[in-house]
Amino acid sequence: MTTAREAAPALETPSATSRHQLVAFAVMVVFFVVAPFFIYPLFLMKALCFALFACAFNLLIGYVGLLSFGHAAFLGSAGYISAHTAKVWGWPPELAILAGTVVAGALGVLIGALAIRSRGIYFANITLALAQMIYFFCLQAPFTHGEDGIQGVPRGMLFGFLDLRHTMTMYFVVLAVFLASFLLIYRTIHSPFGQVLKAIREHEPRAVSLGYTAEQYKLLAFVLSGTLSGLAGGTKAIVFQLASLTDVHWTMSGEVVLMTLLGGLGTVFGPVVGAFIVVSLENYLSQLGSWVTVVQGVIFVLCVLTFRRGVIGELARLIKKPL
Amino acid sequence: MSSIFGVPTQALFGQLLIGLINGSFYALLSLGLSVIFGLLNIINFAHGALYMMGAFVAYFLLQWAGLGYWWALLLAPIVVGFLGVVLERTMLKRLYHLDHLYGLLLTFGLALIIQGLFRNEFGSSGLPYAMPAQLAGGRSLGFMFLPNYRAWVIVFSLATCLVTWYVIERTKLGSNVRATTENPALVQAFGINVPRMITLTYGFGVALAALAGVLAAPIYQVNPLMGADLIIVVFAVVVIGGLGSIMGSILTGFAVGIVEGLTKVFYPEASNTVIFVIMALVLLVKPTGLFGREK
Repeated sequence: MTTAREAAPALETPSATSRHQLVAFAVMVVFFVVAPFFIYPLFLMKALCFALFACAFNLLIGYVGLLSFGHAAFLGSAGYISAHTAKVWGWPPELAILAGTVVAGALGVLIGALAIRSRGIYFANITLALAQMIYFFCLQAPFTHGEDGIQGVPRGMLFGFLDLRHTMTMYFVVLAVFLASFLLIYRTIHSPFGQVLKAIREHEPRAVSLGYTAEQYKLLAFVLSGTLSGLAGGTKAIVFQLASLTDVHWTMSGEVVLMTLLGGLGTVFGPVVGAFIVVSLENYLSQLGSWVTVVQGVIFVLCVLTFRRGVIGELARLIKKPL
Repeated sequence: MSSIFGVPTQALFGQLLIGLINGSFYALLSLGLSVIFGLLNIINFAHGALYMMGAFVAYFLLQWAGLGYWWALLLAPIVVGFLGVVLERTMLKRLYHLDHLYGLLLTFGLALIIQGLFRNEFGSSGLPYAMPAQLAGGRSLGFMFLPNYRAWVIVFSLATCLVTWYVIERTKLGSNVRATTENPALVQAFGINVPRMITLTYGFGVALAALAGVLAAPIYQVNPLMGADLIIVVFAVVVIGGLGSIMGSILTGFAVGIVEGLTKVFYPEASNTVIFVIMALVLLVKPTGLFGREK
């Protein structure tokens, strides 16, 4: 995407991790370690799950230039699988989350194989339609319990000794999951694989002529993005002990676009910031009921018209360093 | 009672009729999307919201001005089309030099705003809208009962689609539009006001959505969320037919409606998903859609 290109000057420094990014990462880690002692941990966990979701989504739009409008399918179905395996089959949380993640990855292979052959608006349309198919499946399949969702999912004991019913234990487990995934995404972006992805984003025919099989690279990125979205969904289901239709609905796919756009497309830290802003906004505005939708719409319009770099993108431009 | 494949003919033709009705709406909406995409290169996510507005304008006209269905059929597309012109002039116009995805995101935001505002004002339960007295009742065709209004919806949308096709494919105006799709700079050099043509095209596409909304009002009631899920089905229809083909979107619209109706008879569990399955199958065979071309 044109502005994603403007916002991602990371291209010039392929492997060197810039000092600014290290500092920003340190600030982020310190904030998350200290935050639960001052801020309501459940809110933080929700924000972290969405931050992971948005980072996974950003891997696709920011670095491959593919706008998926169906990422809710991964978040939601992984949530259902994790909730079902933990509650009905009595699996421990680590296996339940893993099961959700794997299913999301498999779904990523299926949806990706169909969608990856098209580009741009077509790609957005196809992912949206396929995700809607998943939504209808979740609405009708008996194990998801339709409108009720899967409620009262037990958090259980992680690895048999970490009692996740303690909010703080749960929080630091979520934080660990988030940071590990964040580093994985960071590493992916800055690896030779990531460089090829960016090359495909910039000029696909040229990347192909250089001998890169663009479709395989794109599919791998899509599957990775879907898998990590699934990880976010599975974790979220365990944290909130709930899997519901909200997470598979297309409005959720729109929300993750909003988070990433607001934070900054194609920036490393942008999706995290965007997720925090959107989640806190929803928290504050929850009394307003459906006005939330209007506010989100207004932010969308304003971002697209005047603020295309997003918060972190603008900040990066200010200090002239990639963030 | 006679039956086909073990299904009573009454039920079969009943669902076929519903399929044709839905197909009419799919065709009108995907036609509008296709026309807009041809010139503006954006997928208009607000299409469903504007379809809903068309129905609401009809409702307002009746409540506030006492103007009935026939006036609404004329005025609602004009009002919503004018809104479309304003949206294009003030917002969409600024995005043409950017990646087309920004157009999608902008119209998505607009859809959220419009749907949110209407839902705040009118809740999410439907408001009744009476069908015109002239079209009340129905007739028996021997094998099924055909309500007049439904027959009217099918005939009128088909006629609208065909007129639109004729104008775009067979007239001077249409050839200008098609030429602009191919090469706007050259058409501009020939002295045709391209920006104005783009604006009016958007207005026209949106007016088609509003027209579908008015047609739908007596059948589905007037509901702030009536376009929200419909638009995603229409997106799938557009993918199946292929973007940019006028006749393709009309044919696909009706065909998909009929297939959906038949699925309701033979395998009701899949009636919600059948369109998306068809889409997946078409993509496997022909990624550009049945009638589409590489763009």
